[in-house]
Amino acid sequence: MTTAPPLLQFDGVICRFGEVTAVGGVNCSIAAGSFVALVGASGSGKSTLLKTVNTLVEPTEGRVLFAGEDVASLKPARLRRRVGYVFQGVGLFPHFPVAENIAIGPRLAGEKLPPERIAELLALVELDPAMATRKPDELSGGQRQRVGVARALAGEPELLIMDEPFGALDPVTRAALGNKVRELHERLGLTTVMVTHDMAEALLLADRVLVMDAGALVADATPRELLAGAGGAEAQALVAVPREQAVRLAAMEAQRP
Amino acid sequence: MNDIWEILPGLGDKLAAHVVLSASAIGLAMLIALPMAVWAGRSPLVSRIALSLASLVQTIPALALLALFFPLLLSLRAVFGEGLPTLGFLPALMALTLYALLPILRNAVTAQANLDPEILEAADGVGMTKWQKLTLVEAPLSAPFIMAGIRTASVWTIGAATLATTIGQPSLGDPIFAGLQTQNWALVLAGCVASAGLALAADNLLWVIEVGLAKRSRWMTFGGMGVVALGILAALWAQSTGSDERRIVIASKQFSEQYILAQLIGARLEAVGYAVEYRDGLGSAVVHSAVASSSIDISVDYTGTVWTNYLKREDNPEREVMYETIRDWEWRENGVKVLGRLGFENAYAFAMRSDRAKELGVTSLTDLVAAAPQLTVGGDPEFFERPEWIAVRDAYGLRFAESRNFAPTFMYNALQSGEADVISAYTSDGRIAADKLVVLADPKGALPSYDAMLMLSPRIAGDAGVAKALEPLIGAISVEAMREANLAVDREDGEKVTPKAAAEQLAKSLGRRSGLDLGPLTKKN
Repeated sequence: MTTAPPLLQFDGVICRFGEVTAVGGVNCSIAAGSFVALVGASGSGKSTLLKTVNTLVEPTEGRVLFAGEDVASLKPARLRRRVGYVFQGVGLFPHFPVAENIAIGPRLAGEKLPPERIAELLALVELDPAMATRKPDELSGGQRQRVGVARALAGEPELLIMDEPFGALDPVTRAALGNKVRELHERLGLTTVMVTHDMAEALLLADRVLVMDAGALVADATPRELLAGAGGAEAQALVAVPREQAVRLAAMEAQRP
Repeated sequence: MNDIWEILPGLGDKLAAHVVLSASAIGLAMLIALPMAVWAGRSPLVSRIALSLASLVQTIPALALLALFFPLLLSLRAVFGEGLPTLGFLPALMALTLYALLPILRNAVTAQANLDPEILEAADGVGMTKWQKLTLVEAPLSAPFIMAGIRTASVWTIGAATLATTIGQPSLGDPIFAGLQTQNWALVLAGCVASAGLALAADNLLWVIEVGLAKRSRWMTFGGMGVVALGILAALWAQSTGSDERRIVIASKQFSEQYILAQLIGARLEAVGYAVEYRDGLGSAVVHSAVASSSIDISVDYTGTVWTNYLKREDNPEREVMYETIRDWEWRENGVKVLGRLGFENAYAFAMRSDRAKELGVTSLTDLVAAAPQLTVGGDPEFFERPEWIAVRDAYGLRFAESRNFAPTFMYNALQSGEADVISAYTSDGRIAADKLVVLADPKGALPSYDAMLMLSPRIAGDAGVAKALEPLIGAISVEAMREANLAVDREDGEKVTPKAAAEQLAKSLGRRSGLDLGPLTKKN
């Protein structure tokens, strides 16, 4: 995996909003095919950093390279069609039925997705193809986020970026959808960057975990390394929470008569 | 009130004009407000300025806004040439468009501001260009709210369009203004019922479109739009038929005498085969310019009015000199032909109850001087500020014990009840005859003359047929005959008649008195 050329590279990225520095100089490259989790507390700058990739946020300084090109030099509309984007709010277009929501990316590029392809994408996220004609407000939260993932994948993106994608879902749906995304990542050979504040989710799904604190990258390690105590104090504080929960659960399990 | 069911079917052409005017104003307002709202959505400064300006316009009364476009367009003639219309459709369209801007603009701006930010982020995230975001996401999601604004604008505009009558644009305001002046309530009611009905119909149709947009029902949206389009097309069609040959447009200002004379003139022209059209209830200030620009072809104006307001003269020459000066000036400056004087004056004059005049031995203003310090004089609210009063006061040295202001209608009552001994009356007013008042002579000629003149626009100034048809009216209408006709329209008892009927009676009595054959004046249609 380390032999693959970097698909994404942050080069001294700084983002300031007035007096506030959200991202304070991030250098990092992400290899094609990797599943990277970007973890941190609220306000650590992880979402801001992610949005510099599809230029929803423009860095004050530094640059972001996508497949070797500075994203600032690419037409935003064209760049965003190559980068699948899933976020907590989902943001399905309420006036379009499910099928049109999924097909919007290709439609913008002048390509009409055939119904078979829509059915295939729905099947990919484990939804009934009959849902194609439904309106978003007829779906549950989990179903809506599945449609969001299908929409992000419809244009066969080179990169999938996700901003707290499962944050608003119930734990069961959340686990199922997390596993589904990981499976799709493998099956479709995607490169995935996922922002989450949940270290357990990061450890279970990603092959590499980046930890942000106060706008800086403070740890960069594999889940196994983190569990072994690497990555520094901030990272270990985040790892401690699910670890302790696991220990307590195991203890309760052991006490069972 | 059964009359209104007879009047309503005759309002078809006014309705068509009303629909075309309102629809054009709303359409134009949409063309301006919607792009402006998009711009405002991207710049808070533009949003603030645009909304403030649109709100400012709303604070101007619609009647004033309509009237303001007349001087504005007149001054713009310096740029666009003499062909620029200053009355009628253009100024009405501009004023109503301004009026319709606010509700459309405000709803469109609010709709945009309230769009779900997550949906907008998603639109950016899937790679929409600004234009795609606007057309695929922002516009369809804002559409029901924008439509609600258009509905409000439509109801306002259809209501305000009735005021377009005052600047010479035919509308459903024509029967309302005519009815108000002549106290013909059936006519007022018919105009109100028609415009309210139109407003309700438009509101409901646009509501169907709004619901269609909100529910994303193509059937309702396009069905509603189709009916609206059909209505506008029908109005356009109704307007285009029959207007292929230009009619002769006869103006009347907002009082009974003017309505009667317009009907009298119109009947004479129709009797010899001209197609005529009445533009009733015009603001007094616009009639003169409207004739000069041929937006209107015939009006009856008064020498004293033209002398002060248009020649801007302050002196008070002898009656014949004033008339001849005006006649020459109109022809030279405006190309307006003064065909002649009708024979009566509608001037300011001092009137007394006959018993009181006899008791005091007063027949002229000169006689009044000695008695005045014991008397009360009544005038309309502006009279004691007018040059006519100042001229009379100074010429005779009149000093009254008291002067009081009354609304014109109450002035006559005050005279009857003794609250005033002398009033400033209008010489052709029917109540002078009805109340058997004495009009005091003015031996020093201090009061300016107000001879009624027949004015022809430059367009028909050379039309021999028009001149031939109207010449019998010149010098034919005595002040007594005019008073009688005015009284017939103004009275409130059972003998009250319409201006048209009064005009027919007047024509008959003219025929008897002069022995002239004034031709058939009633045209059955």
